[in-house]
Amino acid sequence: MSKRKVKETHMPVGECISQVQMILRERFCHQRLPEKPVGMESQHKHLLELLRRTAVHGESNSVLIVGPRGSGKTMLLNCVLRELLEVKDVNKNVLPVHLNGLLQTDDRIALKEITRQLNLENVVGDKVFGSFAENLAFLLEALKKGDRSSSRPVLFILDEFDLFAHHKNQTLLYNLLDVSQSAQAPVAVIGLTCRLDVLELLEKRVKSRFSHRQIHLLSSLSFIQYLDNVRSQLSLPQDFPDTKFYDEWNDSIKTLCEDQLVVDVLQSHYNSSKDFRSLHLLLMLALSRVSASKPAIKPTDLLEASRVCMVDSKANILHGLSILELCLIIAMKHLNDIYEGEPFNFQMVHNEFKKFLQRKSHSIHNFDKPVVIKAFEHLQQLELIKSMDSSTAKIQKEYQLMKLLLDHSQIMEALQKYPQCPTDVKQWAMSAFG
Amino acid sequence: MVRYFTRLRVRRIYKWGGRPYIFDRKLKSYGFEYLNMSVEGQEAVTTVTPGQYILIEGNDDEYPFVAKLLKLFGDESHKQKKALVQWFLRLSEVPQNKKLLLGRSPHPQEIFYYLGRACDDEINAESILGTVHVQHVPEDTPFPEPGTKDTLYVKLSWDTKAFNVLDPVLMQDTSASTPPKPALPLFTPCASPTATPVSRGPVHHALPTPDPTVMRRAGSVSDTRATMSAGKRSTLEAESIHSASKLSASKILSAKRRGSAADTPGVRKKLQLSIGASPGKKMTRADVLCELLDEEMESEKVVSLKLSSSVSHSLQHGCSLSPMRSGCKTPNGQRRFPWKLTSISLDRLSPTALGEQDFSSDLLLAVIPLALEDEVFEAGLPTDAGSANTPKKRQATPRRNYVRGQKPTTPSRRKESAMAIREPALGVLAEEDSEDSPMQPIALTPRSKRKSAQLVSLRIRKQLNLLDNTQELISDGDDDCFVPSKKELQSSSDEEKTDSEEETVARKTRGRNCKTSVRTTHKTPSKKVTPSTPRCATPCIPSRTVPARQPGNILEEARARLHVSSVPESLPCREQEFQDIYNFVESKVMDGTGGCMYISGVPGTGKTATIHEVIRCLQHASDMDEIPTFRFIEINGMKMTDPHQAYVQILQKLTDQKVTADHAAALLEKRFSNPAPKKETTVLLVDELDLLWTRKQNVMYNLFDWPTRRHARLVVLTIANTMDLPERIMINRVASRLGLTRMSFQPYSFKQLQQIITSRLNKVKAFEEDALQLVSRKVAALSGDARRCLDICRRATEICEHSASHPSSAGLVKMSHVMEALDEMFSSSYITAIRCASLQEQLFLRAVIAEFRRLGLEEATFQQVFVQHRTLSRVEGLQPISLSEGLAVCQRLGACRLLLLEASRLDMLQRVRLNVSQDDVLYALKPVRD
Repeated sequence: MSKRKVKETHMPVGECISQVQMILRERFCHQRLPEKPVGMESQHKHLLELLRRTAVHGESNSVLIVGPRGSGKTMLLNCVLRELLEVKDVNKNVLPVHLNGLLQTDDRIALKEITRQLNLENVVGDKVFGSFAENLAFLLEALKKGDRSSSRPVLFILDEFDLFAHHKNQTLLYNLLDVSQSAQAPVAVIGLTCRLDVLELLEKRVKSRFSHRQIHLLSSLSFIQYLDNVRSQLSLPQDFPDTKFYDEWNDSIKTLCEDQLVVDVLQSHYNSSKDFRSLHLLLMLALSRVSASKPAIKPTDLLEASRVCMVDSKANILHGLSILELCLIIAMKHLNDIYEGEPFNFQMVHNEFKKFLQRKSHSIHNFDKPVVIKAFEHLQQLELIKSMDSSTAKIQKEYQLMKLLLDHSQIMEALQKYPQCPTDVKQWAMSAFG
Repeated sequence: MVRYFTRLRVRRIYKWGGRPYIFDRKLKSYGFEYLNMSVEGQEAVTTVTPGQYILIEGNDDEYPFVAKLLKLFGDESHKQKKALVQWFLRLSEVPQNKKLLLGRSPHPQEIFYYLGRACDDEINAESILGTVHVQHVPEDTPFPEPGTKDTLYVKLSWDTKAFNVLDPVLMQDTSASTPPKPALPLFTPCASPTATPVSRGPVHHALPTPDPTVMRRAGSVSDTRATMSAGKRSTLEAESIHSASKLSASKILSAKRRGSAADTPGVRKKLQLSIGASPGKKMTRADVLCELLDEEMESEKVVSLKLSSSVSHSLQHGCSLSPMRSGCKTPNGQRRFPWKLTSISLDRLSPTALGEQDFSSDLLLAVIPLALEDEVFEAGLPTDAGSANTPKKRQATPRRNYVRGQKPTTPSRRKESAMAIREPALGVLAEEDSEDSPMQPIALTPRSKRKSAQLVSLRIRKQLNLLDNTQELISDGDDDCFVPSKKELQSSSDEEKTDSEEETVARKTRGRNCKTSVRTTHKTPSKKVTPSTPRCATPCIPSRTVPARQPGNILEEARARLHVSSVPESLPCREQEFQDIYNFVESKVMDGTGGCMYISGVPGTGKTATIHEVIRCLQHASDMDEIPTFRFIEINGMKMTDPHQAYVQILQKLTDQKVTADHAAALLEKRFSNPAPKKETTVLLVDELDLLWTRKQNVMYNLFDWPTRRHARLVVLTIANTMDLPERIMINRVASRLGLTRMSFQPYSFKQLQQIITSRLNKVKAFEEDALQLVSRKVAALSGDARRCLDICRRATEICEHSASHPSSAGLVKMSHVMEALDEMFSSSYITAIRCASLQEQLFLRAVIAEFRRLGLEEATFQQVFVQHRTLSRVEGLQPISLSEGLAVCQRLGACRLLLLEASRLDMLQRVRLNVSQDDVLYALKPVRD
């Protein structure tokens, strides 16, 4: 069927596919803002209104956007900013300053960054001159000189707001919020954070100066909306050059979303997390399976992608262990059973292992002690076991207390999937007594 | 950048010129005929003589202060150079609001004769920059057209209230008295006794007082007294006897004097000088000011007489006393070596005094009894008996003292006066003590002093014996003191200087040294390589292209008014606090004294706002001339990076200098402990005081110590949140200096909050009464924070606006809107967050609670919880999730702080705790389970 259609379309399938991949990747990698933020209309309106007042009326404000990771805080803000800058009056009037708590780890760096972004007079080229104290005094002086009606509003956007609260004395926050509460240059302080208890982090003086506006982004998306969202995320935009391919693709997506297998996969994803970032990851994996020879996402693609997403990383590591290492793990499991999770040392594990060897009297697994120690150390390097005491130097390796970082179910699952696992080892693992 | 360094690069050297003459015996100050100034490394020497107009280093490099030099004087060490000046003001120095009084555009080169009293007319001679030409322009003549750059014109005088036409006499008279000193080095104002009455007029005009009232009085007195002092010598003798007999009555009189002196600080200062000048005589006259003037004139005459009779004598005198001074200064200024140095000084004194026997044989006799008398007094009789004793002894030898010359008395007197000068910290007490009895040398000295005094008297006795035996030998050894040539004198005094410098461990020179060291550090190349913030940079936010829109409707108007930043017409509900602070600051400004006040209160109770309001009112009052002008400086502990930056900020706001913290501390220390010209009261607001805490608490200590200094004129208002801050974090010596002037701002009650909102809205009808009441009651119950209250109201107006179908149709803010705003701001978001969490997250929370119940603890490891989670998901009929996924779920909950987690490197052993109560979780999860 494809061959006939290729002849009729303007573009070859390969080109269409690359187009599709480009468009959808932009979407999934958050390189492009959506037309309209989904499921947060009221918050969008609130924030837009707030920033518009700062930009147009010169009213100082402060606001916090709170929501779990991946709930679209930055997306919302960027949408609002985009919309705000489209307004003609505002366009040349606001000075956005972007800060991130993970980048500006202390006030000194943050001040330099603010000064640089505001392009104040102590900036030469790309460098900010002056000491920390000078910079602070300079910035405060600059903000103090401004007044509501004549100076440009500054939008301070503090990503990872909670990290700024850990700066010494919260000097930066105090000063920004103080400016926002006094008749100086108009500013809007917008904090983005995922911590619900962020206000408790603020010092009482800082807290008093904060306006206590919080915009919560807690998606109460139902599964039906979630499905709709998946469909719209995968659908091609109207202005796709090849109309025929556009129709085909969108039809295939529609059928895909009605497939029971796909619905199950998405349901389990939805149950695990509602945020779009993990969904995008899933769809991205599915999308990467699309090629010219297979120009549509099939339900199995999605299933496979889901499997990749949800894979247990520890169990994966277990598949790559040698039989000896696996035996040690099983010995540890038995020790855990006997001593109810108390830590063990190498000697105990080795004894357990030797007991097993004696019972089976197999020679294949008969290793020297140094070899076993080596295997034990390898497990430690893989962080499947973890040393309990910090002072490793004092105690001999054999007697260091360890804990197993694996669950029983993980071990059993790994044994089931382990290629050519000796049956006696399997039985040993399954037996209740070591 | 260039401007920044110019001032620092030049280092000037100041040298006295001409012959020194005693003009004030009591203060041991010497007048000088001229001052030579040269710039280091350059040949050119500028000579400044009294009567010339000079430029004085000020805050502004381009426009230094202008003044007329009246007198140059210093103490015997030749180290401290001082000058008396008549100030002139530039227009820029006139307060901004008074400039309009001029009524015309000022000439760029115009200056004003200063008639005010607020400025100290005594300056450090080393701040003189150079000379300038000043020309008096009569009132109705226009300014000369393009005058040379260096010429300044005087037309009017300024008495801090208004511009007046300048009396040409003031200008001419002073210029008439300008002595052509450099040309005639041997010329003295009164070369012979007969010349005295004639030369008196100009001399008195040259006296150091710019105060017109004093001047007038002085003039009149000099007329009346001309008869009295027909023969200088006889007058002097008569008066000395007179004074000695009157001395016992000094206490009563000095009390009187104090009363009259308390009028103005300016007058008081002068009085103290006069007291120092004539300890005995001043009580004989009612008018103390006249007394001072006369005394000064007479002392000058005495000197001149001496000079005319024996030049070498007086020269030798100046030389011999320099070790004395250094010795005296050290024990007072620097208590570390009081014993040794005092004894040294007396040792030195004695041989030199002995040497004078060549001229007056019984001089030694005069020295010794007096010195001993001092010691006896010091040793243990500081009571009335002692002071009664002193005048008697003096009476016994009055003739000798005064006829033979002042020298015998000078050592002891010098000691006192040197002390009075050196130790400004001792304050008024020290000076008043020296008034009471000139023989009471160190009444304030600590106990150690007394011991030292005993030791010294012992030494003197020994010395006496020694002198008797080896008189000739010592006089031979001290030969160089008698060389009358001027050069020799200077070199020897230079030697003395270096000696004393070594002795005093360069204490005195520290100020200058410090300065120069800072200069050099500023000049280091490293500093230049990495330039700091450009000094000329003007910090400002670019201005907007489109003007800000004004509020359009009632709700917008209300919102603008309710913003915390909008300054209300008045501050309601803080009337009492306002009045208290106002009275405090006003009284301090009026008196020219200093003080501290501590203000506490929870955030948002109007502490800073009230103080700003007080300052606004006071500024207004000072504009209206009701109170003296003052300066307001504000620092905030939160707005600096380090507590020591407080110094930098204060100094920068005071003088616009940018220096390092250490240097700033030194400069401020100097500024607040020394009398300075043109000083006005400084009101310093220290916000967020608790952040200025350092381990040694030296920042706080200094802030509270400066106001106690006599010359500081500093009022410190401090703000912090907790009432018991002084007790909690301050060490005793800091808390003690802070004093007990405390004030506490109570949180607002709901009625006050309501009043605040109503007054802010000011008849803009935007709220329902009930709605306002709800807001204020709610906030008052929680915190009493006015900021919060205003923010809620603002939010309510927004909600009201949004809820209306059309922006213009929005009505009043109703209860429902306020309720919504309150909910938004006060309700916890945890429950919503749990409800909005994904199924697995909710399940995990339930697993956590289940595990807690099982363990009976509020803490469990992830592994344990995960087992529960798995069981629960089987019960719920869900596919159990893998461990990695489970960890991810756990981390997500941890990021929201619904759970508190240990570091994630512990993997499945990390412990989990709930950050919300179990009941909240169960409540939030209920609908899900149904």
